[in-house]
Amino acid sequence: MATVSLKNLTKSYGPVAVVHGIDLEVADREFIALVGPSGCGKSTTLRMIAGLEAISDGVIEIGGRMVNDLPPRSRNISMVFQSYALYPHMTVRENLGFSLKIAGAAKEEMDRRVAEASGILGLDQLLDRRPSQLSGGQRQRVAMGRAIVRDPDVFLFDEPLSNLDAKLRTQMRTEIKKLHAKVKSTVIYVTHDQVEAMTLADRIVIMRDGFIEQVGTPDEVFRRPQTRFVAGFIGSPPMNLHEAVVDDGQLLFASGEKLPLPSQFKANVETGDKVVFGLRPDDIYPTGHGISSGEDVDVHQVELPVTVTEPLGNETLVFAEFNGSDWVSRMLNPKPLKAGDRVKMSLDLSQAHLFSAETGKTLRG
Amino acid sequence: MDQNSLHRAGNKALRIVHGIGLFLAMLVICLPGIWIVLSSLRPTVEIMAKPPVWIPQQLSLDAYVAMFSGVGKGGIPVLDYFRNSLIISVTSTLIAIAIGMAGGYAFARYRFHAKSAMFLGLMLTRTVPGIALSLPLFFVFARLGIIDTHFGLILVYVALNVPFTIWLIDGFFRQVPKDLAEAAQIDGCTRWQAFWQVEFPLAGPGIASAGIFAFLTSWNEFALASQLTRSINSKTLPVGLLDYTAEFTIDWRGMCALAVVMVIPALTLTFIVQKHLVGGLTSGAVKG
Repeated sequence: MATVSLKNLTKSYGPVAVVHGIDLEVADREFIALVGPSGCGKSTTLRMIAGLEAISDGVIEIGGRMVNDLPPRSRNISMVFQSYALYPHMTVRENLGFSLKIAGAAKEEMDRRVAEASGILGLDQLLDRRPSQLSGGQRQRVAMGRAIVRDPDVFLFDEPLSNLDAKLRTQMRTEIKKLHAKVKSTVIYVTHDQVEAMTLADRIVIMRDGFIEQVGTPDEVFRRPQTRFVAGFIGSPPMNLHEAVVDDGQLLFASGEKLPLPSQFKANVETGDKVVFGLRPDDIYPTGHGISSGEDVDVHQVELPVTVTEPLGNETLVFAEFNGSDWVSRMLNPKPLKAGDRVKMSLDLSQAHLFSAETGKTLRG
Repeated sequence: MDQNSLHRAGNKALRIVHGIGLFLAMLVICLPGIWIVLSSLRPTVEIMAKPPVWIPQQLSLDAYVAMFSGVGKGGIPVLDYFRNSLIISVTSTLIAIAIGMAGGYAFARYRFHAKSAMFLGLMLTRTVPGIALSLPLFFVFARLGIIDTHFGLILVYVALNVPFTIWLIDGFFRQVPKDLAEAAQIDGCTRWQAFWQVEFPLAGPGIASAGIFAFLTSWNEFALASQLTRSINSKTLPVGLLDYTAEFTIDWRGMCALAVVMVIPALTLTFIVQKHLVGGLTSGAVKG
């Protein structure tokens, strides 16, 4: 088990830089998720850590040892690929034992470790099958088993669940979490799915266009997004984000509608500042159908016309028009609503976010 | 008749037409082969008869017996020709496959300068008819003193086969997901080990088919071999067929018999290897 440290890590293809000198410290046994939209450089970063991609500048250390120029086999890592990358001409047993065979391990040692890994992942019945005879979820497990057998310092996961259907994905997500609890190793997990990142990781690294936007615990990135991008990326359904101008203690929206300036930002903005106002669907709800944030409640009430409703059973997503576009709100303990109804909405402004329209950075002090 | 039975009858008719069509196609493909085998077994009178005698009246193995009898008794040095053919075809195939694997892998996996131009160049060499090269080759080989040697023909056949093996093997390596070699490297392989342990076995069927094609090309090639060989030192079986032509006569029966002898090893090899030409071996490697 080991720490991983990235210092000024850079990757360019010719004149095009795809990772712009990122810095990241991963603690021993920590589960880190790299998350971001496609093309943000997260997979490239992972491949650089794995040694599959040469780095253009900077330093990668694994367990305090610089590995910049070491080939993948000398880094003592293992990786689970998005495509699983199982060796199709080998049985599950041979797939699991491949790294040990290459390392020249004794037969007994190999059998013992393969049995151990297949025990952890419930692969005992499948050892003599070939990858083509396995279902998606089973292949996924074999891929993880192959990673465990190596007993690596660091596990790298490259979007391991994106080829599975929704139900299996949820199930494997839980298995990965259990696995991490069992093998207690450092994990770097790349995903574009923020739900996976939130549910699995100790800390989340949100990347965008080759830069790190924010590093934090799931709670931090959800409650205290540092940038407008993070605010919009984390959370499902996404945060309502709308541009406004600060006008004498009020927020003036383009449509002419106004909201009071949330008190927590009063010290940080002045009249005339262009800002982006953000409110999570949980913090805007038909009055009487939301979760109160408890203390500091700064609830503002407006009546809005409903445009669409999406009933989910235990809750309903209500789209209501404000400032010329639809705002998503989460109605708990739902009551029937239909398009066109005018509903009294509660906006919990104590939970609101404000970002600079210019830099996209948070205006929280 | 109701609609269902109408469709059933239609399907049945279609199957019969399909069967007849296939039979006719196979007849066209197989008839020359059958004719060679038949002609090797029947007397010259019957072979030359007009109108043709379709059903052989008398069959004998005389031509085969004569072929293996010594010179002067109607025999030809079949075993020498066979040995030459085998040495030249096997060696040139192995070399062509080795070069084809290296080249095909490079084209499939690496990015390098002028890649597509090189690939196109290789393919363009196939557009030159081999026979057009025979005269220049003859002059060059004469200067180098490699006329009538195994080496000379091997050189020619390697050059003839390499563009084709590269092209074919390139396609098969492209089908092997790149992830597999990367996974192998993470599992502790060097680049070289990853190739032999993972990519090579998966591209195996493709390499085998490239091998068969290269072998058959060399085994059957006549035009260049007839120019570049002189004696039993290097004459191959196809060139040996000419031994049955004299100034005024052609021994069609003997020629057909030698053709049958030539075909047998090629046919056997193809049968052995075709079992391994199973496509889709890579299924299950990635997602699915």
